[in-house]
Amino acid sequence: MGDLHVMRDDLRPPARPPRRHLISIADLTREDVERLLGTARSFARSLEREMKKLPTLRGRTVVNVFYESSTRTSSSFELAAKRLSADTMSVKASGSSVDKGESLKDTALTLGAYDPDVIVIRHPQIGAPQLVARVTNAHIVNAGDGKHQHPTQALLDLYTLQDEFGGVEGLHVAIVGDVLHSRVARSNIQALRLLGARVTLVGPPALIPRGIEAMGCEVSTEIEAIGAADVVYVLRMQRERMQEGANFVPSLREYAARWGVTPERLRPGQKVMHPGPMNRGVEIDPRVADAADALIETQVRAGLLVRMAVLYDLLTRGPAPVEAVAPVEVA
Amino acid sequence: MLFVKDAPKENLLVRGARLLDPVEGVDSVLDVRIDGGTIAELGASLPANGHRVLEGAGLVLAPAFVDPHVHLRTPGREDEETIASGTQAAAAGGYCAILAMPNTEPVVDSAAVLRALLEQAHEEAEVPVGFLAAISKGQSGAELTEMAELADAGAAGFTDDGRPVASPGLMRRALQYGQVAGRTIAVHCEEPTLSCDGQVHEGTVAAELGFAGYPSVAESVMVERDLALAAYEERPLHLLHLSAHESVEALRAARAAGVAATAEVTPHHLCLTDEAVRSLDPNLKMNPPLRAEEDRAALVEALREGTIEAIATDHAPHARHEKEVPFEAAPFGVTGLETAFGVLCTNLVQPGLVSLSTLIERMSAGPARIYGVEPPRIAVGATANLVLLDTEGSWRVEEDGFRSRSVNSWLLGETLRGRVRATLAAGRLVYEAA
Repeated sequence: MGDLHVMRDDLRPPARPPRRHLISIADLTREDVERLLGTARSFARSLEREMKKLPTLRGRTVVNVFYESSTRTSSSFELAAKRLSADTMSVKASGSSVDKGESLKDTALTLGAYDPDVIVIRHPQIGAPQLVARVTNAHIVNAGDGKHQHPTQALLDLYTLQDEFGGVEGLHVAIVGDVLHSRVARSNIQALRLLGARVTLVGPPALIPRGIEAMGCEVSTEIEAIGAADVVYVLRMQRERMQEGANFVPSLREYAARWGVTPERLRPGQKVMHPGPMNRGVEIDPRVADAADALIETQVRAGLLVRMAVLYDLLTRGPAPVEAVAPVEVA
Repeated sequence: MLFVKDAPKENLLVRGARLLDPVEGVDSVLDVRIDGGTIAELGASLPANGHRVLEGAGLVLAPAFVDPHVHLRTPGREDEETIASGTQAAAAGGYCAILAMPNTEPVVDSAAVLRALLEQAHEEAEVPVGFLAAISKGQSGAELTEMAELADAGAAGFTDDGRPVASPGLMRRALQYGQVAGRTIAVHCEEPTLSCDGQVHEGTVAAELGFAGYPSVAESVMVERDLALAAYEERPLHLLHLSAHESVEALRAARAAGVAATAEVTPHHLCLTDEAVRSLDPNLKMNPPLRAEEDRAALVEALREGTIEAIATDHAPHARHEKEVPFEAAPFGVTGLETAFGVLCTNLVQPGLVSLSTLIERMSAGPARIYGVEPPRIAVGATANLVLLDTEGSWRVEEDGFRSRSVNSWLLGETLRGRVRATLAAGRLVYEAA
């Protein structure tokens, strides 16, 4: 039998650093973003092979919890986890205990009891991902919380821009439409500014939040302001947020006439992006949506790569003692 | 119009404290002898006469505080607060009197509901408590309550707090009839078509975080409307929990023009700005919202110069599970009775922004005047309504330290410099720090 050793405080292993999450672009540094985009690029090469599945996250569990409808975000998170060999589970608000009035805290505690490595959450209320982070031990990925943030959308948009232009520094991006209700706009403004792009917001006065210039962007209510931009980023006109009597704009018809992105309002060579789903004929003319200069399909493809990179980054860096395997070297 | 449980009054000697009463002009180190709950003698080296002795050396003895704005949640939400727990919290915060708001379930809008509360206060109120009644039935903003009967039954004032009186016509009638009732009319100034579903001050923080903005002008247009009505009717008016610098400017101008308008401000609006909301902690969600630095600075200045006469905690207890939700889903309101002096001493007195005597006046005589409550004072013959303060004492705000039934404090985990050591209310020693 050995002696009983009492460990002195200063000899104890250091406390585990806080768990890492992806909740807001505001929490990231430029290095974080460049690392994530680099990882996504290496996944792009690995996905060109016939065997697309990587064993990197084998044995890990990713839970997707969606309290709002979503096609591209939920499907690409699920596919991203599967491509990395993680086990996935999806919970939708409808048909679950949420219908019976269960609180978000209790749902999170229930899911947390399965010890998932990552919880991906979309929720209609600002602050939901923080709450889940407080009550579970999982890494949290924000897949959209109310009008606050949608960080993986911004990352996939940066990836798309890098792919198209070779870099983001110095690019001029005009974001057009309903900025007030758009988490995509907020995440993108921060992400674009972080990488040195110039951002101009264009839209009706009541849909541009007062004070948003403090995020480092310019503001215009004239659609002509998109003319100078390299890229026109069209936001969805969120009909479900336009409750009757709010009078943000008199009508969708007038919105389309004043701020709709049409071929006539674009310069040749100007690129067009849209986070989807599109309201063709409202914020974007169908001819623009289908034109060669639209990067919309590239955005969707980038979504898978970026979400793989986020899952990989959260689970193979930081406190968890996991051997970091360069993704390209894995067959 | 204040109600408290019957209990034996105190015989006590407070020895060696610095007596500080800005209204009576007292500032000296003396002993205070209290006989049967009344201040009997002030002097140097008084004999104890067999009284219990409270050592006050190094401490300040001041008139105890009056909180003109507390939510006791009774009747209806006794899980969040009761008259007993709320008045115990008040005692721990240094208060000798509090006024409760009528937005309960049911609303205090009839003499029957009010009388039941007064009876309960007689049973369990640790410190004297007054009850405001609603301006409109059910606080629905449509029909006036029977204000004269309510006043006769013991209502301390009238307010639809929690909601604005949206109709200018009804507001005018309330001011007119308030004369018959002989009580102060107090208003929560919020133009609902401008605040809409706003959660956070409309400005750079709300823009960045994506919150629906609750603009300053939603408050200040209502302040201006009600000041105009009060001026026209030549009636006094009290403005609840001001938050915006535009409101302060309107109040200053109205008072200069002779309008009998008073106002209160909360500790959180004096200490925080909307920057704090970035943490998305639901305990930073209140109505009116935390505003910009310009607003905070204007409120501190108005408090200092006396344009704002009273500090009100707007103590708003909420059940734990109702605040353990995403920020956007949480109810408005935070607790404040037990932390008000500590946080204001830390943030206003210690840095030299407001003197200790001004803070004491705005927490005691100022709010008492507004509703016609007898101001606590240090004078022979006065009822012992006194607070013993340690202006240097550090303490940490912890969940299990609260006497309130709720713990939705924005100060959890913070260390404050300035604490209440003992409270005398209506001649009884109602709190003594461990």
